[in-house]
Amino acid sequence: MARKLLLANINVPGINTLEVYRQKGGYRAVEKALKTMTPDEVVEEVKKSGLRGRGGAGFPTGMKWSFLAKPEGVPRYLVCNGDESEPGTFKDRFLMTYIPHALIEGMIVSSYALGAKVSYIYVRGEMMPQIRILEKAIAEAKAAGLLGKNILGTGYDLELYVQPGGGAYICGEETALLESLEGKRGNPRLKPPFPAVSGLYGSPTVVNNVESIAATVPIINDGGEEYAKIGIERSTGTKLISASGNINKPGVYEIELGVPVEEFIYSDEYCGGIANGKRFKAMVAGGSSVPILPANLATKTAKGESRLMTYESLADGGFVSGSSMGSGGFIVFDEDQCIVRNTWNFARFYHHESCGQCSPCREGTGWMEKILHRLEYGHGSFSDMDLLVDVSKKIEGNTICPLGDASAWPVASAIRHFRDEFEWHVSNREESQIRNYGLAHYADPLEPLVQS
Amino acid sequence: MLSVTQNEPVEFAPTLLAKFADIVGRYPEGRHKSALLPILHEVQAHFGWLSVPAMDQVASYLKLEPIEVYEVATFYTMYFLQPQGKYMLEVCRTGPCCLVGAERIMEHLEDRLGVKEGEVTADGLFSWRGVECLAACGFGPVLQIGPEYTFYENLTEEKVDELLTNLKNNAGSQPLSANS
Repeated sequence: MARKLLLANINVPGINTLEVYRQKGGYRAVEKALKTMTPDEVVEEVKKSGLRGRGGAGFPTGMKWSFLAKPEGVPRYLVCNGDESEPGTFKDRFLMTYIPHALIEGMIVSSYALGAKVSYIYVRGEMMPQIRILEKAIAEAKAAGLLGKNILGTGYDLELYVQPGGGAYICGEETALLESLEGKRGNPRLKPPFPAVSGLYGSPTVVNNVESIAATVPIINDGGEEYAKIGIERSTGTKLISASGNINKPGVYEIELGVPVEEFIYSDEYCGGIANGKRFKAMVAGGSSVPILPANLATKTAKGESRLMTYESLADGGFVSGSSMGSGGFIVFDEDQCIVRNTWNFARFYHHESCGQCSPCREGTGWMEKILHRLEYGHGSFSDMDLLVDVSKKIEGNTICPLGDASAWPVASAIRHFRDEFEWHVSNREESQIRNYGLAHYADPLEPLVQS
Repeated sequence: MLSVTQNEPVEFAPTLLAKFADIVGRYPEGRHKSALLPILHEVQAHFGWLSVPAMDQVASYLKLEPIEVYEVATFYTMYFLQPQGKYMLEVCRTGPCCLVGAERIMEHLEDRLGVKEGEVTADGLFSWRGVECLAACGFGPVLQIGPEYTFYENLTEEKVDELLTNLKNNAGSQPLSANS
């Protein structure tokens, strides 16, 4: 069995309460950090752990913390990004629902490290039940002296609040999130200045994903070096993977980074294979924004090596034959799924969620949705595929925030790997309205190599 | 779009104002604009939607210009700018849910309720719409119902029928919102 650091006690009855969470060793990291370590020592442990941001960008958390400006007399803020909205991703919702104190504990430790006296957990508004759960957990922690004034008699003060969003994918982008937290539309800010210098209310601010913050707890408990022993190379520690789509056991899995993709899909410990005895067609490894891969490139790299669930291996081959770890939103498509329809669905999503600030994204996402709609409904032409690639290239890199890139990559990669399926929609207009294309040369090997 | 026809004046009850005050207390002095999104959620939970007079009242409470409230209310998808059915069923329509049948669920809802997306049933009880990813992809298809945003997961046509029957039967006994 793989080691579990975040979800080890997820099945313990009552683990959502402070009492049971503490019985299971909870809040040891707060005691250790606040009583025996300086804030800089906490930052140092997180650096040593090699933890990379779990929200999608994969930027080293400790390094992000070390960029925080510390001018005299100016408050600093830690803001937790719980605006989980990336299609395919539902791990933070899971963590906040079932083990909320893991996040609260991580917030206390991280706020201490950064010198924040007031911290916010920004949770998407649709997660109202999770907001209530967190508010209850905060009240419990406060009553136990783990929050508020003079925490555990150490002289450290921290107030923690939960802020609901209003329904906008873009608020997962950290500067849009800060705008939203200030009571404004979620328009991403021009950078620089980066939040580390000028973030919430113009003060130095760190924004971290829910899972990244929760991961600081085992890092402080066991030490950064212990954490870094798990995983492969620069992919250290464990990662929550949200598995969805046509698999036997959808859900949230904590993996040690380095598990082969094939094992993750077919092993009973994880997804349990493709549902309904169907065959494996394609996979999105890290949420809808990352390139989609056909089955043959999902389990093996272009060099023929086994593809692993690590930041490096998933990206092996760049955007020609690789993808990205992203947020760990792992979506599996079976042979009955239509790639054109799915690409249109994702394009509609990005068009809907574009904030409208930058014209390449505001207009381009709409054009891509329109072109994909006509392809899906049998009105496309052969030139549409090149047109889509052209539009996607003109969005990519030309916008304030990464939503533009995120809209371009799924379209460009779908055409790169599944062009024959798009062309079939043009050459077989009527047939494409009745049935799907099915599998093609990019199919999985008939027998999976890992037998479950 | 903001409703310009339904503009009956509104007044916030003391219980609602107490909630507002609690929310404003979460932010540093002078940063009360941060309270805008949570306060709009409270107003919508109470009235079912955001009318222009309600938003104007929020603006005056937070000492903002009305446009600062309108621009936020129109940007975020959770705020209703028109009255909805008592139960607004929001079905996730994004990729992963569609892989496991979300489109069938939406067709079924339209069929059962007899109204198109965004419309309200004649008895005022129901409306429905497709929404983008609700971060519950492993439990799809899913739908949510405000103001507490209760989730209904792993939906089938049968489960939807059962849910509609339960909501209909309870409609008389349940308050219009969790706060009234």
